[in-house]
Amino acid sequence: MELQIGLPLFYFLLLGFAILMYVLLDGFDLGIGILYPWFNTDAEHDHLMRSISHVWDGNETWLVFGGVILFGAFPLAYASIASLLYLPIMLMLIGLIFRGVAFEYRFKSHTSKVWWNRAFAIGSSLAAFCQGLMLGVLVQGVDADSIASSSLQWLTPFSLFTGLAVMAGYALLGCTYLTMKSRGEIQQKAARYGQRLLLFVMLAMLLVSLFTLYQQPEIRERWFGGAHSLILMLLPLLAILAARLLFRDLGRVQRQFAAEADISIRHESRPFWLAASLFLLAFAGLVAGLFPYLLPHQISFYTAAAPDSSLSFMLPGVLIFLPLILAYTLWGYHIFRGKVEDYEEGY
Amino acid sequence: MELDAALLSRLQFAFTVSFHIIFPSITIGLATLIAIWEGLWLKTGNPVYLQLAKFWIKPFAITFGMGVVSGIVLSYEFGTNFSEFSRITGAVLGPLMAYEVLTAFFLEAGFLGIMLFGWQRVGPKLHFMATVVVAVGTWISAFWIIAANSWMHTPAGHIIVDGVFQVESWWQVIFNPSMPYRFTHMLLAAFITGTFVVLATSAWQLRHSEHKNMARKGLSMTLWLALILTPLQAYVGDLHGLNVKEHQPVKLAAMEGIWAEREAGAPLLLFAIPDRAAEKNHFEIGIPKLASLILTHDPDGELMGLKAVPADERPNVAVVFFSFRVMVGIGVLMILIALTGAFLRWRGSLYQSRWFLTACSYLAPSGIIAVLAGWYVVEVGRQPWLVHGLVRTIDVVSPLPAERVLFSLTLFVLTYSLLFGVYLYFMRKLIRKGPPPMEKLSQQLIGVKASGYAVALAKQIKPEQE
Repeated sequence: MELQIGLPLFYFLLLGFAILMYVLLDGFDLGIGILYPWFNTDAEHDHLMRSISHVWDGNETWLVFGGVILFGAFPLAYASIASLLYLPIMLMLIGLIFRGVAFEYRFKSHTSKVWWNRAFAIGSSLAAFCQGLMLGVLVQGVDADSIASSSLQWLTPFSLFTGLAVMAGYALLGCTYLTMKSRGEIQQKAARYGQRLLLFVMLAMLLVSLFTLYQQPEIRERWFGGAHSLILMLLPLLAILAARLLFRDLGRVQRQFAAEADISIRHESRPFWLAASLFLLAFAGLVAGLFPYLLPHQISFYTAAAPDSSLSFMLPGVLIFLPLILAYTLWGYHIFRGKVEDYEEGY
Repeated sequence: MELDAALLSRLQFAFTVSFHIIFPSITIGLATLIAIWEGLWLKTGNPVYLQLAKFWIKPFAITFGMGVVSGIVLSYEFGTNFSEFSRITGAVLGPLMAYEVLTAFFLEAGFLGIMLFGWQRVGPKLHFMATVVVAVGTWISAFWIIAANSWMHTPAGHIIVDGVFQVESWWQVIFNPSMPYRFTHMLLAAFITGTFVVLATSAWQLRHSEHKNMARKGLSMTLWLALILTPLQAYVGDLHGLNVKEHQPVKLAAMEGIWAEREAGAPLLLFAIPDRAAEKNHFEIGIPKLASLILTHDPDGELMGLKAVPADERPNVAVVFFSFRVMVGIGVLMILIALTGAFLRWRGSLYQSRWFLTACSYLAPSGIIAVLAGWYVVEVGRQPWLVHGLVRTIDVVSPLPAERVLFSLTLFVLTYSLLFGVYLYFMRKLIRKGPPPMEKLSQQLIGVKASGYAVALAKQIKPEQE
């Protein structure tokens, strides 16, 4: 029994890792797309695009990775979830298409630039919103047999709210990334928007948690029954701590700028890691509530798992290549470390 | 009219995958060429090679971007539109695609950033390495996706337990009977597609732009490549055809337009209009016994025809038949161009022959059309099966409401039509703009951290006119 659960559990955790990596990495570059309309000049827009143009493709690959791990390790779950969430997935893909090509075409365009700006902002927002919507649907639960019905079961006030919450969360990540990668006015703006977004994100996390606890007795049971609830309680506490620190750092960046003082590197780069840890904690809380389900109360990771032959075939690939991927991804970020230089030439 | 969700899902997949294949077909070849040029530049120091690399990296970047965004769609479409197919074959195809992502996608994406934006951040050798890694990544990606696709044509190495596929031998799944042929055929096709895009552009530049040196080098290199690759492709295509005859004789019958249950001394049809209802061809024009000779190496050899299987196990003959002729026709044309080019080179008039250069420049989309036609032969020819002989396409489509699929299909048609127009517009713009001038080339390689770099640049900054 132990052995049979082992491999599926490994892939369940791997899937979680892939989703988390995706949310953190594509999160900040989608976030920059969401923030885009709040920056006005062409130079600012150039700067925003430049800060992520070399990484967005790699970031988005984690979404494909998550998809194929679900496909290869949990075919049953992949089949049900993908067809259940048909419309949000399709809209997300369309959004990702428009924002993706905007990177290539905007820098080469002249008269059509304004359209690529729109494609980038709207595409990023749409993709983020749809992802949040899907999150809401999965948390709330949906009937797996409803694929064929034309009802829009996934369209609830709750899922609309989580859609907005994820947009805000990504925008927050984007703000902290900009705080790290920019100087002057842009950094200022990012820190200012970041503070406001942080307040909204914390409120949204609170509301979503309360709603889930109220609506789903099993989750309530898990959080408040037994000794492990003490460990679980650490999650919201740490989140509050991180949020407080983040709020302060962003405030410091603004004050030092106003005082024309040098902004310490620590306060510039720490916000990003704090925002990332907020995501990590929220994600941990989510998994703690949903475990062991891929589709709540219907498909668990062990019922959906592919046969052993498939799971063990992928294992060496994951164990060898994933560390390599992480290594060269990190190296790539290292090469482009430091502030974004506006005078730098593209290819 | 009642909308058919299954038909719409199939249309959507066909449309999105057709759109996608255009871009990797170009980038596989182009990445390889750019890597070759960069390597030659490092080796010889001849700046023309750098100019070629720097010029083609822009079309490469937009083509790659189009491939990325249209590719993500496909990785989710199996589940959204073919949920039952994903459920029963996920244990076989999923891991292959997982390996594609692990060994290729991340690699390409990770090093693409350095290849495109790292000119001033890393040294020339490291940059060359990044370019090579991107090129190799495109090949590896093709390897896994062709393995998965080939398995659907010639499934092997699996067992079926409770209607779900499981793998007994991964070696047999990956190197299934048609995989080596299909992989070689596709990789060559991609190299040729890239080659002809560059060939056509160079021919155009030789006549219409001032960058004659670069254009000459580009034309000369790609003509040599075409001379080697196109006959080789004809040979590999023939081997692939023999493989189809062995494993998917019905598809072969559709390609050749053979109806009779068995036909000895079958002619090679140059033209015909296959009629599914009447189970025969109209207006046949053919060369007697040639099909038998090519496929069985005996003019009176017997070939299996479409009537050997029930009508509901036959593909759409006309689509397969005509697509095959388009592909082969373009192939023949490419070989002729390569031979003519070699002849003109021998005569010493290659760069002056206006009609030849004009003909070459019209061949820019030839590789792409041939690739698409080839894929229609292969994929339509497999129907009505999704996994040959085992899974019928119609049985594994998601039970979605038809209007939902119609909605997404409409979105894709609008989006992709728009983007394709945009892509062509920007390709044209980049080609007309030409390469960076020689004197700017060396400047573009100065590291951002080099002293005085920013100052030097700030002095000469002017808004770039495109």
